[in-house]
Amino acid sequence: MSKHFFGDTTVLLGRSLRHITRSPDTIITTAIMPIAMMLMFVYVFGGAIRTGSDSSYVNYMLPGILLITVASGIAYTAYRLFMDMKGGIFERFQSMPTARSSVLWAHVLTSLVANLISLVVVVLVALLMGFRSGAGVPAWLAVAGILILFTLALTWIAVIPGLSAKTMEGASAFSYPLIFLPFLSSAFVPTASMPGPVRFFAEHQPVTSIVNAIRALFTGQPVGTDIWVALAWCVGILVVAYAFAMRTYRRKIS
Amino acid sequence: MTTQQAPAIQVHGLEKSYKELHVLRGVDFEVARGSIFALLGSNGAGKTTAVKILSTLLKPDAGTARVNGFDVATQAANVRESISLTGQFAAVDEILSGRENLVLVARLRHLKNPGRIADELLERFSLTDAGGRKAATYSGGMRRRLDIAMSLIGDPPIIFLDEPTTGLDPQARIEVWQAVRELADRGTTVLLTTQYLDEAEQLADRIAILHEGRIIVNGTLDELKQLLPPAKVEYVEKQPTLEDVFLTLVGTKA
Ligand SMILES: Nc1ncnc2c1ncn2[C@@H]1O[C@H](COP(=O)(O)OP(=O)(O)O)[C@@H](O)[C@H]1O
Ligand SMILES: [Mg+2]
Repeated sequence: MSKHFFGDTTVLLGRSLRHITRSPDTIITTAIMPIAMMLMFVYVFGGAIRTGSDSSYVNYMLPGILLITVASGIAYTAYRLFMDMKGGIFERFQSMPTARSSVLWAHVLTSLVANLISLVVVVLVALLMGFRSGAGVPAWLAVAGILILFTLALTWIAVIPGLSAKTMEGASAFSYPLIFLPFLSSAFVPTASMPGPVRFFAEHQPVTSIVNAIRALFTGQPVGTDIWVALAWCVGILVVAYAFAMRTYRRKIS
Repeated sequence: MTTQQAPAIQVHGLEKSYKELHVLRGVDFEVARGSIFALLGSNGAGKTTAVKILSTLLKPDAGTARVNGFDVATQAANVRESISLTGQFAAVDEILSGRENLVLVARLRHLKNPGRIADELLERFSLTDAGGRKAATYSGGMRRRLDIAMSLIGDPPIIFLDEPTTGLDPQARIEVWQAVRELADRGTTVLLTTQYLDEAEQLADRIAILHEGRIIVNGTLDELKQLLPPAKVEYVEKQPTLEDVFLTLVGTKA
């Protein structure tokens, strides 16, 4: 690793963060869709959905909404990377005596920061809508840890189209299925209410275990095995996505 | 290891294919220190490919290239210390101001006083007034000047300019030519690619024509002219060219 890696990554992170503060609409757009969903589910469908618990529906669905927030946020990660590739600035950085992988890591860290801000915005709106949690500091830290891991995993997925897409639409289209995955999980209705094959899929896909783990942490229930399954999914996706992203990256720079 | 006498750039038997497309089929040339060398070729001839190999962005399939005495394949980091690339499309960060772009590059080149370097270059390229504005608001000529200014940071001894005036209006073109001449006057070696005969004629000490994957001629303008039958003497009334008319009307001294 180049001796300038940390310094260069910091400089480039500062650059991307400046992009975000100059177009805060990307953070607002990221937060608005999950907030709109939350409003709709709570005030339109919420009364008709039985979750098998007495607490308010916003408590039930917030974990899924948080995952949707990240899934829509990483579309911008791919977009920002794509714009750097297309504009030639990526090549400019790669031809300079700058630590080469810093360019990529700056985007990854920017994605993390941008998504964390969006998540905070969504949680604040949820609080206004009546979300309440008895979780203590350790539980909140655990939730933050899971969300950070989830964001990193999805960010490395986003790096792949960001580096290789030919068009802007192509760079962000990959996020649509990720945004819809929570609908086929325990995020909005208990999986027990789903028909057989759908239920099987829902119970074995990553979102369900992540949602269940976060929900248990928020409500102070024992997390059981869900948290380990959730962590295994996050780390697994992270490792595989990182490997593919690095392969794509090496192809680009050779 | 760098001997001052050795040519700034030495290219031998360079080959590069994209799948079935053999773009470079054995390219040889040398560029003397402190000279301006023009690589002339029509669209698709492989000029950008050659420049990308020399600036360590692409690996050649065969052949060797040394830049500032360093092998592009095995001493890429040293090559990157020695060069600057101004790519075919102005690679500036549109969301940052002109000054911020310059400061960014100075930081990434690990220089002291990035702010002072930026201000000096803004002055030198007549961008001081526009320095605080987002680069997105710049005209084509201003962007190109900023792009070239970014390439001069750190005074690299060798500069690659890939089609620096393609798409510019005649006035902006002359501004860029002026900047290139100043560079050479300061002793920088310039390799520029162009599709325009007059650009090569105006600027270059030596001209090489890249055609069907090889350098088909390489020489000074006078040497190239002698390849043709001696000029006939004819008396014709000299008409101003459209370019002369345009430049007179818009008030630029050519
Ligand atoms: N990454 C690539 N993949 C496939 N073909 C490419 C790629 N880059 C360039 N080419 C092709 O190689 C040829 C030479 O391209 P290039 O070096 O850009 O030419 P020039 O700069 O002289 O216009 C062109 O036919 C171009 O379409
Ligand atoms: Mg080209």
